[in-house]
Amino acid sequence: MNEHQQTLWQFMHEQSDKLFAQTLQHVGLTFISLLFAIAIGLPLGILIARKRKLSGTVLGIAGVLQTVPSIALLGFMIPILGIGAKPAIVALLIYALLPIIRNTYTGIIGINQHVKEAARAMGMSKSQILLKVELPLAMPVILAGIRTATVINVGVATLASFIAAGGLGEFIFGGISLNNTNMILAGAIPAALLAIILDALLSLVQKMDFKKLRKALYVLPVAILILGGFYALPSAYGSSLTAGFTPEFMGRQDGDLGLKSIYGLKIHTIVISDAVMYKAAFSKELDVISGYSTDGRLKAFDLKILRDDKSIFPPYYAAPIVRDEALKQFPQLAETLNLLAGKITDSVMTDLNYRTDYLHQTPERVAKDFLISTGLYKAPKNGHNGVVRIGSKIFGEQYILAEMYSMLIKGNTDYEVSTKTGLGGTKICFDALMNDQIDFYPEYTGTGLLVLLQPDPKIAKEMAHDKDKTYDYVCTEFEKKFKIKWLKPIGFNNSYALMMLQKQSKDLNVNTITDLKNYLDKN
Amino acid sequence: MIQLKEISKKFGDTLAVNKASFKVEEKETLVLLGTSGCGKTTTLKMINRLIEPDAGQVFINGENITNQDPDVLRTGIGYVMQNIGLFPHYTVAENIAVVPKLLKWDKEKIKVRTRELIKKLHLSENSLSMFPHELSGGQQQRVGLARALVTDPSVLLMDEPFGALDNVTRTSIQKEFKGLEELKRKTIVMVTHDVQEAFELADRICLMDKGKIIQIGTPKELLYQPVNDFARKFLAGQRLALEFKVVKIQDIWPYLPKGALQDGKSLSADLNVWDAMELLRSSDRSELLVSGTDKESKAINFEQLIKGFNQFQNAQVHE
Ligand SMILES: Nc1ncnc2c1ncn2[C@@H]1O[C@H](COP(=O)(O)OP(=O)(O)OP(=O)(O)O)[C@@H](O)[C@H]1O
Ligand SMILES: [Mg+2]
Repeated sequence: MNEHQQTLWQFMHEQSDKLFAQTLQHVGLTFISLLFAIAIGLPLGILIARKRKLSGTVLGIAGVLQTVPSIALLGFMIPILGIGAKPAIVALLIYALLPIIRNTYTGIIGINQHVKEAARAMGMSKSQILLKVELPLAMPVILAGIRTATVINVGVATLASFIAAGGLGEFIFGGISLNNTNMILAGAIPAALLAIILDALLSLVQKMDFKKLRKALYVLPVAILILGGFYALPSAYGSSLTAGFTPEFMGRQDGDLGLKSIYGLKIHTIVISDAVMYKAAFSKELDVISGYSTDGRLKAFDLKILRDDKSIFPPYYAAPIVRDEALKQFPQLAETLNLLAGKITDSVMTDLNYRTDYLHQTPERVAKDFLISTGLYKAPKNGHNGVVRIGSKIFGEQYILAEMYSMLIKGNTDYEVSTKTGLGGTKICFDALMNDQIDFYPEYTGTGLLVLLQPDPKIAKEMAHDKDKTYDYVCTEFEKKFKIKWLKPIGFNNSYALMMLQKQSKDLNVNTITDLKNYLDKN
Repeated sequence: MIQLKEISKKFGDTLAVNKASFKVEEKETLVLLGTSGCGKTTTLKMINRLIEPDAGQVFINGENITNQDPDVLRTGIGYVMQNIGLFPHYTVAENIAVVPKLLKWDKEKIKVRTRELIKKLHLSENSLSMFPHELSGGQQQRVGLARALVTDPSVLLMDEPFGALDNVTRTSIQKEFKGLEELKRKTIVMVTHDVQEAFELADRICLMDKGKIIQIGTPKELLYQPVNDFARKFLAGQRLALEFKVVKIQDIWPYLPKGALQDGKSLSADLNVWDAMELLRSSDRSELLVSGTDKESKAINFEQLIKGFNQFQNAQVHE
């Protein structure tokens, strides 16, 4: 435990620059969007307090907007607003809107009728009544709304990292995909603290009596503006090209860290989720992205892989990994799964992925077409000799492989098949395998080495660039540690890659990562 | 001067005010009297356009108020609300300063005037920095009054200004109130459902029932010349006490024993019977020396007072 805390502390210490920047961005995002939400929500709340008939509609719409899942909302924003700060702020604003509108409305209509009438009776105009009576009296309720909105925003702002808007989500989601607890905590703890501190501060303001509140209300907008301004701080260094990397890639030695240390690459970088990265590259918002070498979108978006001439990206050869027990229970299994060994090359896999991701063919159809064309397909035997449980991670390639294995097992054996696809990332899938919830799933040698085994960095470095050494190492170690077998590799290498639009690559004459570095240094 | 011409107001199906007309002279106090829900507040609010009448007109100093900007109209009329309606987020001083600030008085002037008023209304200096919730109901009502009086408007509308008080406090505030010079210069319309209060403070009373005006007249006229059964029954319960208040020594002068031409310290015959009895009761004196209009003074004891009053009453009935 103690050791664990120490390493977390070390991590935070090492990454203190990043941590500081992310925290500032996070606070900035939260408050810029809050500022806009107040600028829109407050007048709307006042409006519907005046025209009560509108209240149902307005509150209804704001309510519905709030139930849209955050990721989906961010997704909707990209075609309209692109990536980065703009869509993130708009999405956060939308979440913050409901509590602010609702509380302004209830705050104003909740004011004692006699007090309002007294204001009228003394000859105050409508705007004077609003400014001097209604808003001050509704202020504690409005502040409660702002407080709720702030806390919501701190939470949702973690998702901003999906669309390259920064914030503590970079650590949190990077940590999740890297299975790095320290990294997750380095993002999650500050985010939670932020929420708690802001909540407490605002509750203090909310509980002030009217005299103090009046002063606080002059300070509050200034404070929000300043905090919002954090976001406007310039990022570390600019360069002529912009790179978009996934949070996972950012934190890996065989990712951004390696690019920096081994290639000396200095490029303006934003963090972005895998889901929108390719589109952003295609629409020229990003010049260089991190991706997977067999991704179907490579073909769809006309991207070119920059050759890893100093080979920092370790090989990621895919192969099914199976529990030893399952192999015993299903004697024909290994032989059947190995039917696929060596059958799928990089370009074939890219093409298969292209069909599902871009042509929207079902993984089942793509799998069947492929098996038929290679003569591996056999009609199902409909046997009843036990059920083989197949797992897969939550992306296209894994779905296709799972379908192929399912068809092969049904066609060649008497086993039944149940598929549990979409088991999230590596960690979830592997845990399912360890806990006897699935019998096998396709895994990648690089992942097995760097994420699941996490050997001494020296050992890792030694073999990381040698395809066969890596495979041999994971085979022996998995057997020893987990009682899990690696079957024969399927053939393709789905490693990390840097990519660029074909046309741009040609125009700039950049074909390798070293070319890229040289180009950046010159411009 | 305030004049209402056949004003009516309907809320849904209830006719809250039905063709009400009356005139309040300069510096006169008219009290709207009636049971709960008879339309008193509605009538009052139509005088400063808090409620717009469905029909009829209201004139203040000869000018039709519908031609005036309502906000300007209201800053010129003092209004004391039935529910006090102080601003909970303002201190007492700030509450009092609301209208002066709207009229852009300078700070010093507001300060001086506020000091002067709270002294008159027996509020303490340090209550100025308190918030309404820190005051008693009676104190709040005084602040409400101060707020209405601060700019010394010539017209004052008061809706049950003492409604929130217990009887003892109410009687004492009514007395103080009656003694305020400030109020004697004003044209006042006041609402109450308390008959005693109406008789205490009114120059004339306007008795209302179900939105209609039943009778308008001096307290005496209401007592001795009720226009119908309703008016008679309305006062029946407290008749004797009211009569003691309405009838003055001057009224029963002929029924008192003959006195002597006399100078020296004597009371005015303007004194009403109630007050005379209180004086006799509370002091050790067995007689009061009262001087009439004709310089004749009479020494009256309790029995003579009652006897004279009874004879006066009989004469009224047989009139
Ligand atoms: N805003 C309103 N909406 C609907 N009905 C109203 C409204 N204001 C008053 N009324 C109705 O009009 C009638 C007269 O009300 P008003 O307030 O003038 O009575 P009041 O004489 O002041 O009574 P109280 O002594 O209880 O204050 C009542 O029947 C009341 O219910
Ligand atoms: Mg009333």
